[in-house]
Amino acid sequence: MSAPARIDPAAAKAAAEKALAEAAAAEAELAAALGRLAPRFAPGAEGVQGLTRLSGGASQETWAFRAGDRDLILRRRPAAARPGGEGLPLDVEAELIARAGEQGAPVPGVVLRLAPEHRAGVGFVMDRVPGETLPARILRKPEFAGARAVFAAEAGAILAAIHRADGTGLGLETHTPETALARLAGRHKEFGQDRPVFDLAFRRLAETAPATRAPRLLHGDFRMGNILFGPDGVRAVLDWEMAHLGDPMSDFGWVCMGSWRFGGEGPVGGCGAREDMWAAYEAAGGEPVDPKSARWWETFAALHWGVIIERMGAWIRAGADFSVERHVIARRASETELLLIADLTGREI
Amino acid sequence: MQDFPAPAAILAAVSAWLRETAAPNLPSHAAFEAKVAASAVDLCARAMEAGPAEAAEQARLTALLGREGGLSELTEALSAAIKAGDVDLSTPGLADHLWRTTLEKLAVDQPGFAPYRRARTAETQEG
Repeated sequence: MSAPARIDPAAAKAAAEKALAEAAAAEAELAAALGRLAPRFAPGAEGVQGLTRLSGGASQETWAFRAGDRDLILRRRPAAARPGGEGLPLDVEAELIARAGEQGAPVPGVVLRLAPEHRAGVGFVMDRVPGETLPARILRKPEFAGARAVFAAEAGAILAAIHRADGTGLGLETHTPETALARLAGRHKEFGQDRPVFDLAFRRLAETAPATRAPRLLHGDFRMGNILFGPDGVRAVLDWEMAHLGDPMSDFGWVCMGSWRFGGEGPVGGCGAREDMWAAYEAAGGEPVDPKSARWWETFAALHWGVIIERMGAWIRAGADFSVERHVIARRASETELLLIADLTGREI
Repeated sequence: MQDFPAPAAILAAVSAWLRETAAPNLPSHAAFEAKVAASAVDLCARAMEAGPAEAAEQARLTALLGREGGLSELTEALSAAIKAGDVDLSTPGLADHLWRTTLEKLAVDQPGFAPYRRARTAETQEG
């Protein structure tokens, strides 16, 4: 047996210091680039203030900053980032947000799409909408009681707006129930472990797949956590990276899936009834809802989330992710097994 | 025979330290990570108690498949049998086995998951 690899403490410290210095230099460069653009964000603004990184991995970043009296968000891929990775290109994301907004979906205003001459990377700047995204607060705080009461109806109307937006010409993937299921099965086989519950769910879904409908623009990740709320209701739909074309019923399934209820009561985001969402969708001009198909997509959603978690587990197995958080999340595929076996055996939980 | 205190007691002390001492004294993101680390320690402590449940799972699998084997080997065989269509939910014992196995997984992974708590409450009331 070979000896385990040893980490040289001095080399590790030097590497960490180098990474910090590079991050500081990149941030100063970004602040300067945004500073030059400041007058386009707010007339008379001189430079930008409070530039803060909110989140992001190696290939995608979200920053908050202020120009004059305007709060803004930058979504970008740094010019130096490696190509590939997950999610839509940011120029496509900006275009989708704009198109959905034109149809009446609440979205942050896209203020500027970055061009090479801006020297701020690839991405776009949008308004920072004030509000709450944390599901636990939205589902429990008294101040959001009004928002919870109307969420199912709002979700229906918002999805109707998104689904009537034009999603063509952007290179989005199109999925039918069959192709979506086949892709999921492939990923489970590649990244997952033996889960008899998943195997039963795959069989059940294959046997009961709904007929293919005319593809619509789908948000793809419409759920608590990606929706920004004020006390009166939804203020903005965020996180468009999973947008694609496909069966409009699938967005219904995703928002109702058990993992996105965060301990709340009621299937729609943990605070609403499916029937209220469907009725509002049809009232807002959406095509007729097929409840059986919507429920099929809800089962699909649990399996989909389970396979996404298995994929995160594969990053750990490959040695690409050492974070404690990732290790804990990787143990959550079992929650989707519980949702699926309850579903398959007709239990309400 | 190993000395007192037992691993479970040591892990409980580590978890309490992460939650009550480390987290309040760290900047916000690191504080969040310390709480996640405490949850991870708790999960491992629960996993150390899972032996009897896994033995029962193995016994159920042996009965279902009519053969002996290790837990992962039998689980793989069950997966293959479902994929091949040799067994399904009408097979006696399968639904019960999967329901129990899944509840036991959740007891380790996420005992606070609301649907799990509701399922356990329903079991208690029925039983």
